[in-house]
Order: sequence, then structure tokens, then C-alpha cells
Amino acid sequence: MSIHSTRRHLLGALGAGGLALGAAACGSSDPFEEEGGSSGAAGSDGGGEAPAGTLAIGSQAYYSNEIIAELFAQVLEKAGFTVDRQYQIGQREVYMPELEAGSLDLLPEYLGNLLQHYESDAGSASPEEIRSSLEEALPEGLRVLSFAEASDQDSYTTTSDFASTHSLSAIGDLAGVEEDLKIAANSEFETRPYGPEGAKSVYDVDIAVVPVEDSGGPLTVQALLDGDVQLADIYSADPSIAENDLVVLEDPESMILPQNVVPVVSEKIDEQAAEAIEGVIAELSADDLVELNRQSVVDQASSADIATGWLTEKGLL
Amino acid sequence: MNENPFLGALEWLSDPARWTGPSGIPLRTAEHLGYTALGVLVAALIAVPVGLYVGHTGRFKGLAVGAAGVARALPTLGLVTLFALLVGIGLTAPLLSFVILAIPSLLAGAYSAVESADPATVDAARAQGMTEWQILTRVELPLGMPLLVGGVRGATVQVVATAMLAAYVGSGGLGRYIFQGLGSQDYPQMIAGSLLVIVLALVLDLALLLLQRATAPRGTAAA
Repeated sequence: MSIHSTRRHLLGALGAGGLALGAAACGSSDPFEEEGGSSGAAGSDGGGEAPAGTLAIGSQAYYSNEIIAELFAQVLEKAGFTVDRQYQIGQREVYMPELEAGSLDLLPEYLGNLLQHYESDAGSASPEEIRSSLEEALPEGLRVLSFAEASDQDSYTTTSDFASTHSLSAIGDLAGVEEDLKIAANSEFETRPYGPEGAKSVYDVDIAVVPVEDSGGPLTVQALLDGDVQLADIYSADPSIAENDLVVLEDPESMILPQNVVPVVSEKIDEQAAEAIEGVIAELSADDLVELNRQSVVDQASSADIATGWLTEKGLL
Repeated sequence: MNENPFLGALEWLSDPARWTGPSGIPLRTAEHLGYTALGVLVAALIAVPVGLYVGHTGRFKGLAVGAAGVARALPTLGLVTLFALLVGIGLTAPLLSFVILAIPSLLAGAYSAVESADPATVDAARAQGMTEWQILTRVELPLGMPLLVGGVRGATVQVVATAMLAAYVGSGGLGRYIFQGLGSQDYPQMIAGSLLVIVLALVLDLALLLLQRATAPRGTAAA
């Protein structure tokens, strides 16, 4: 289960119709515009064709990704750009061609998954190394800006009880645990490089996968809390980690593909626009992303409101 | 993926390595059938007696029809998730959901089986001094047996087609192939898993259809 790709693939695979809709949405005016628009002057172009200077911002069909896209949208509007919001576009197979074709200009991505989209056999590495591989791998006309500290990636997570009983802080510490270890994760975790095989070869840890197919959602968390499993694969920016006082085990060998947030942009993003986006990236810490997600999941706030609140707090609006 | 995933699925199925071991096709199929049988059996223990009572006495018919209709509308994936949050992952949650999925067909099959008996025939039986129990078991049930089996058939096909959801919460069955294929974009595997479920559903449907025909009382089958 590379990060959230599951959710996206699920959506994609469940309905080719959904994909078609997502693709179609890229070409038409945006239904979310009203909801997302914060400054009247920039948001209202009266419908129809977007003017030539408009920047089209996309997002994945993943709430957290939409929040990040909205952060970019609002700082760009502040910087005087006109923004066309094209959120909730299914998966990479759909939106990357749109970026390549110039129908989209900016989309928040994740380092490891974006690289694997272009080089499916790319192994794990440090975020810096992945970013430089990406510069090579991206097609003509696209580039990535800096990556944020914030990351949303697979993890070996356990309860604070289990961690303190066995004095665990890193994945490698699991090698000293006597009992049989089970991890709740989507079934494809079994075949991932950071799955049981990786844990064995990198950290000499034996684990068995208990497939729970909600991509680190409530069922996975519940299985961990119930003690059905000792470990769970929960995305590192998921608010449920803090909520349930869970412990994410460290991965000093970078076995798990890093998924730092990184904007992928077209040539239409000029120096000034890139600067505005980098301003957000520089401020977006791991804790910030968890908090943004929490406001969406727990407080049920809209992505526009969440973005405005955070940007104001950071002095970016 | 340029290769045709349907051809890939056939290739996947023809690999002998898939047909052995703890995650091999025979074991997964057996698990799948086991979940189906257990779900339908538990549902039958609840729904058939209730259905026979409703059909024989005519009491609570509105309630039974209404409850069956409501149960039919429940989304099974939602139920699996809900039950798994309450009782934990494993087999209990999907099994409870399969029972709820199977009840409406079984209930409808049972009460319509009893109801279908000609009232004149039932009156004649009663006039001969048969007890109510004898009327039910010797007159109404034999006459309506094809309808009861039809209910079992409907329930079984629905459950076998839905039993892949057991794999959603940590159990086995053919759903393992489907979810694993879906998650790792291994569409040949996903399609192969789906094909196996389809074949299983068709085989069970046909077997129960034959049973339905075989249970038809002589003289009525031709009509």
C-alpha cells in the first residue's frame, strides 16, 4: 500500500466512469470554485473559458491533498494570480497526463509515489535523493519545487503500551520481541518492498500481515487497539495516531519510501508563483499536516476554511 | 499495462503454483464456500421457522415483508465495517452481515412456500382431522418445497457473491485475490478472483435449480 495510492486506485478501479468524469472535469469550469474562492476579485471571471493568465490547480481525490492544494491556491491568489480550482481528480494515471498536456499547472504530490509513477522499480532512498531522481524522471515541461517536512507515508505503528512494554522506538527494536508479530495493513502490503520481506532483510524482523482493507482507516486502528495485531500500517499524517496515543516506529534505514509533500508544476508557474508556493512548503511541518487533517476529519471543516486559518496563523495571507 | 488483463487472468489461473498451498485456489475456494454455507445456514435457522409460522398462520405478514425489505436495502460493506468496529476484525463481523443478507430471500421463500398451498387442499386436510403441524409438514411444505428451495437458492447466490467482503476485515476466501489485485494494481489477479467467484455462483445456482426441480411434487411439476 503505497501511501493513499490505495484509496485512489480503489476509486479508479471501481469505476471507469469516475475516471472519465475526473478527466472531463479538467476541461470545464470548476464546480468547487465558489466554495474555495476567498478573494472575490481573483475568483470571479464570470464563467466560461479561463483567461490565459489563469493557473489551474488540481488535487487528488483525497481530502488531505485537497487541503494542501487549497493552501497553494490561496497564496497564489494573494500574490495576484487568477486560480482555477480542479480538485478531486481521481488518480495519477488521470491527472499526470493533464499536467503534461498543460491543462493543469500545479498539484501537490508525494515524493516516493510520484517517482514510482515514472520509475516503477525505484527503490527507497532519502527524500533528497528521491527529489533529484524526480528531476531526471519527470517529462519535459514539468518540475518539482522543494519538498515539505510534512510527509504522509506508510508506517509501522503500535500502541504506546506495546512500545513501552518492549521498549520500542524503531522498527529494528521489534527483532527483540518474543511473541509472533502481526501487522494490520491492506493486503498489498504483503508485496511491498517495505512489507514483511523488507522488514526481514533490512531489520531482521519477522512479521505476518493481517489484511484489513480500509487503508489505515478506522478498522485498522481498531484492530490495533483491540490487540488483534501488535502493529498497523497507518499513514503518518493520520490524526488517529495522536488521538489514540499511538507510536510510529522510526525507520532509520529509510526502508519505507518517503512521501514528503512536493508540488509538481508546469512551465506556467513562474518565479513569482513558485516563490509563493515555496512559502507554504517552507512552513508545512509534519505536525501541521496532521493538524490540518484533524480539522477536516474531526471538526469537519471545509478545505477552504482550514487553509485560510492556517495561512493566516503563519502570516502567509 | 498493455497486455489484455483478461488473458492475464487466464494465465494467472493456469499457473499450477496457484493451485496449492495455504493461499492456493482450492483452500481459498473452500474458505469461500464455508463462509457462504455458514452464513446461509445460520440465516436459515432464523428465517425459515419464522417464515413457516408467518405463512401458515398469516399473522405478522406485513411485519415480515417489511423487515425483509428493509434488510434487503442494507449495504453489506457498511454492515461489515460497522460490525467489525463493534466486535473486532475476523470472521464474526462478515458472517453477521452475510446472515442479514441471506435472511430476506429465505424468509420470503419460506412464507410464500406455505402460502402457495391451495386453501381448498389445506381445508380438506383440516377436515380429515390433521393437526396444524401435520398440515404444515405433510401438506403445505411438500407442495411449496420448490419455493422454499428457491429462497435458499437466492440467498446462497447473494452470499457467495458477497463473501469476498470477509477478506476486507482479515479473513480469507476468494476476496483475498480481489483485494490484493486491486491494491497492487495486479488486475489479472483481481479478474481471476472475480471469475472464480462468478463460476462458484453459477455452479451453486445451477445445483440449487436442479434441487428445486427435484423437490417439485409429482403432478404439479408439469403444470
